[in-house]
Amino acid sequence: MNTSGNVLFLIALLPFVGALVPGLMIRAGRNACASFTAAPTAIALILLLTYAPAVLNGEVIQAEVMWLPQLGLSVSFFLDGLGLLFACMILGVGLLITLYARFYLSGDDPVGQFYTYLLLFQGAMLGIVISDNILLLLVFWELTSLSSFLLIGYWKHLPEGRQGARMALTVTGAGGLAMIGGMLILGNIAGSYNLTDILQAGDAIRASEWYLPALILILLGAFTKSAQFPFHFWLPHAMAAPTPVSAYLHSATMVKAGVFLMARMWPVLSGTDAWFYIVATTGLITMVLGALIALFKDDLKALLAFSTVSHLGLLTMLLGFGTEAAAVAAVFHIINHLTFKAALFMTAGIIDHETHTRDIKRLGGLRHLMPITFVIGTVAALSMAGIPLFNGFLSKEMMLEEASHTSWAASHYAVPVMATIGALLSVAYSLRFIKHVFLGPVRDDYPAKPHDPPFGLWAAPALLVILVVLIGVMPFLADGIVAAAASAVTGADLDPHLKIWHGVTPALYMSVIAVVGGAVLLMLHAPLDKAWIKAPRPEAKAIFDRLIAACVAMTRSVTEVTHNGAISRYLAIFTVSSVALGAIAFAGGGLSEPTRDMLPVPAIIAVGWVMLVVATISVVTMHHHRFRALVLIGIIGLSISAGFVYMSAPDLALTQISVETVTIMLLLLALHFLPKETPKESPLSLKIRDGIIAVTAGAGVGGLAFAFMQRDVSTISSYHIANSYEGGGGTNVVNVILVDFRGYDTYGEIIVLGIAGMLIYALMQSLLEGPAARRLRNANYANDRSKDRHPLMMVVVTRVLMPIALMVGIYIFLRGHNQPGGGFVAGLVVAIALLMQYMASGFAWTQDRQRIEYHTLIGFGVIIAGVTGAGAWVFDAPFLTSSYTYVHLPPIEEFELATAMLFDLGVFLTVLGAVMLMLYSLSRIARYAGTTVNVDPMDFDPSSRAEDNSEAR
Amino acid sequence: MEFLVASAIGTMTAGGVYLLLRLRTFPVILGLALLSYAVNVFLFSSGRLAIDMSPILSKYGEATYTDPLPQALVLTAIVISFGMTAVLVMISLGAFLESDTDRIDIDPTDTDEDAAK
Repeated sequence: MNTSGNVLFLIALLPFVGALVPGLMIRAGRNACASFTAAPTAIALILLLTYAPAVLNGEVIQAEVMWLPQLGLSVSFFLDGLGLLFACMILGVGLLITLYARFYLSGDDPVGQFYTYLLLFQGAMLGIVISDNILLLLVFWELTSLSSFLLIGYWKHLPEGRQGARMALTVTGAGGLAMIGGMLILGNIAGSYNLTDILQAGDAIRASEWYLPALILILLGAFTKSAQFPFHFWLPHAMAAPTPVSAYLHSATMVKAGVFLMARMWPVLSGTDAWFYIVATTGLITMVLGALIALFKDDLKALLAFSTVSHLGLLTMLLGFGTEAAAVAAVFHIINHLTFKAALFMTAGIIDHETHTRDIKRLGGLRHLMPITFVIGTVAALSMAGIPLFNGFLSKEMMLEEASHTSWAASHYAVPVMATIGALLSVAYSLRFIKHVFLGPVRDDYPAKPHDPPFGLWAAPALLVILVVLIGVMPFLADGIVAAAASAVTGADLDPHLKIWHGVTPALYMSVIAVVGGAVLLMLHAPLDKAWIKAPRPEAKAIFDRLIAACVAMTRSVTEVTHNGAISRYLAIFTVSSVALGAIAFAGGGLSEPTRDMLPVPAIIAVGWVMLVVATISVVTMHHHRFRALVLIGIIGLSISAGFVYMSAPDLALTQISVETVTIMLLLLALHFLPKETPKESPLSLKIRDGIIAVTAGAGVGGLAFAFMQRDVSTISSYHIANSYEGGGGTNVVNVILVDFRGYDTYGEIIVLGIAGMLIYALMQSLLEGPAARRLRNANYANDRSKDRHPLMMVVVTRVLMPIALMVGIYIFLRGHNQPGGGFVAGLVVAIALLMQYMASGFAWTQDRQRIEYHTLIGFGVIIAGVTGAGAWVFDAPFLTSSYTYVHLPPIEEFELATAMLFDLGVFLTVLGAVMLMLYSLSRIARYAGTTVNVDPMDFDPSSRAEDNSEAR
Repeated sequence: MEFLVASAIGTMTAGGVYLLLRLRTFPVILGLALLSYAVNVFLFSSGRLAIDMSPILSKYGEATYTDPLPQALVLTAIVISFGMTAVLVMISLGAFLESDTDRIDIDPTDTDEDAAK
């Protein structure tokens, strides 16, 4: 029965692709924008209709592409009767709205934006109804919330628009979050996130102990979206949107998404007591309450909004009944409500457009002035009231019929009586819409002189009204689609026959009571209205605003305590919580017996330890003298390097000692521009507090390390040692790990280092263009400056040392694969060799002799490393697979050539470039701080003096 | 020996954290440097301590080696922590030059409303 339907992808994609066009051609005018919105919609609709015959025959069209199979997320669509019904509604009404909006919006509005939002929404909504994967459905679900936010707030200059948009987003977004939880539970029970699978797993889901949480969470999503009590309040406030949006989103499509979801999940979730009592009761309350409020609303759109709330309640109630006949009634009413309510909204829009008011109390007598609008509005309103020969009558009869034999908590009267009251109120507000707007005497105080709108504006509602009458008179026309959709909802093969006359049934009596009662109620409207205005009513927006304000106040109070702008406070909180978490973890784990003996302590090591500890304590006590503290930091770093040498880590020792050198240089450079002393400003209490935190953290880390070192654990290192030579071709296992086993990590790390270098350069660049440069020029550093800035001895020595240092760097680089060394260390050594030149002869002199930019070095380094890694692809091996061989050239010893060495060259260049760029950027500040530019390499150049002398002679 | 290393790590951590909680940029940078030493040595020590067992494969048959993996990780960590320190130094220097103060905390009276103006 399943047909492959790859065209479904196209249908789902069309609105999103189409959304790009109107937004881009924002200046092309309303006609162009509307045409380019209608085109994708129409194409999608035509493509959809090609599937219609098959779907009406009971086939299910499916299409699937895996997206993230690990998450169970696939892009899969399916089209059954229910999906077809909704998709037709979305695209069909979309077309009508496009036409209507073209004439409704004024030339001053950004029409392109509007149509882009509209298409985005349409695509999202279409996605909901044809998704086969519930995760995909959730994505589209959230998209509708977001795009409707944009649409409701389209008139950005109206505060009601912005507030209404925010409220709608908050309520539907929160419901969407709840629904995500429910859907995940559902998928978990069913073992699949595909709707078609979940729909088969109904029994398992209803039997699961997670059924109730899942049900409540999913219903929260559905109820918020479909504006069910007590979440109904956002819908009237969303009416600040332009009327085309209200007609499209808030009557025809988006608010029905919740109803759609309940219908979709009907075979899985319905049929239990919980479903009946939650869904049917909520629907019933919403239906009556919405109708009651609608009766007393003076704003046309508010009246229609509450009427929509009421009708959505009706649909929810029908689905809640859980019977097949009720499902048929619900599906039929979805169609009918769409036709008359969208027409009514458009009518309200026309009236607003022509008279410049939507206040019922300022209207009346429009039937003479706007005869076309009068006919359209009256037919639609009569259908809403449930008057025979209009389609609203048919589904309302079916609803009353179902209600008449539904018992609620052993009461046979509760549901029928309430349903009749709901219908009665519905008749009252529908008739009020006709009477107070169109009937009565013509007034002379309309804000604008009303007349019928151009054809473009009334064409869309007229078409809908024709449908209202057609279905109302010949209900069998809708048989096919209702049967297909209702079969899809219930999972049973239904074949309902829709008729006008069902004989004299309880529903007929209820209907008569409703119509007569509604008419009577309308006659009493004036006194009732006065009473209603006087009666105290909870104002939903005020409650909502207070709730939001309370949330904001709560979060703000938390934020202001923890995040008050003081970094030291965050760091303290962070440290304390880390230590606390560590302590909890430690307490929970328990400690096994030590398995390793402690190593002996030679005297020299004990001396080194004392040096390190004393230096650390001194840094803390003397940190106010920044220069001294820096020297002490150097001592600590050197002690650690020595420790690495002793404890079998020659590579680390080499790296540490060279990084130490550049770090100290860097800090010295920075200190030149910073205050040399830290003021003593912490009160004693703060020092004690910080001391306690610090000592606790230190004790924790030290204790952890101590416990760790005394125990053996199994590691993966034996693999690295065993394969270092055979697999990587090197005997220095650390280097082979870096350039081969874990080359990917190294590749990432050199990129990070390169980025850090660029970042510093960029920061400096922007700094020197701002007020900092001025401050630097005005600062007086003369006292800091040495009288002998470029001493002769130093210049000569560094010059001599340069080739030696470079040689050492190359040597360390070349031996790296087999002996301690490698790209990292070599890069640092060469960087130090270059830095010595900067120190000895100054920035400008050295800069003049620089051939290659440091940025270029970083770039080449990363590229070389990357290309080396990618080279493995040529040989069908994964990224960064290395290869090596041993070469023997007669005059020299046999030596190794490995691609890993090329990779290491990339590391070397990047490290060199990054380190140089960082220090170079810092020293550039000096240029702005008024340092004179030296052309000579040294302050006193004996050779130039000798020439001068000879010339003088 | 293990105790010495552990106590050194603890001392450096304590010193680092204390300096980190100071109110000026320079001590914070020093504190971070101390803390990176501590973290690097801690990571290194997770490979257990070993004397005369460098992870350089011997030409002369069987030998035991210390764990090379933490060393490789620490090697890159040392270089990266230099990069991090450099960025931090640059930012604090920039902040000092722009605002003429090296306090790390925002003045409590300096609220969002003021910034908006």
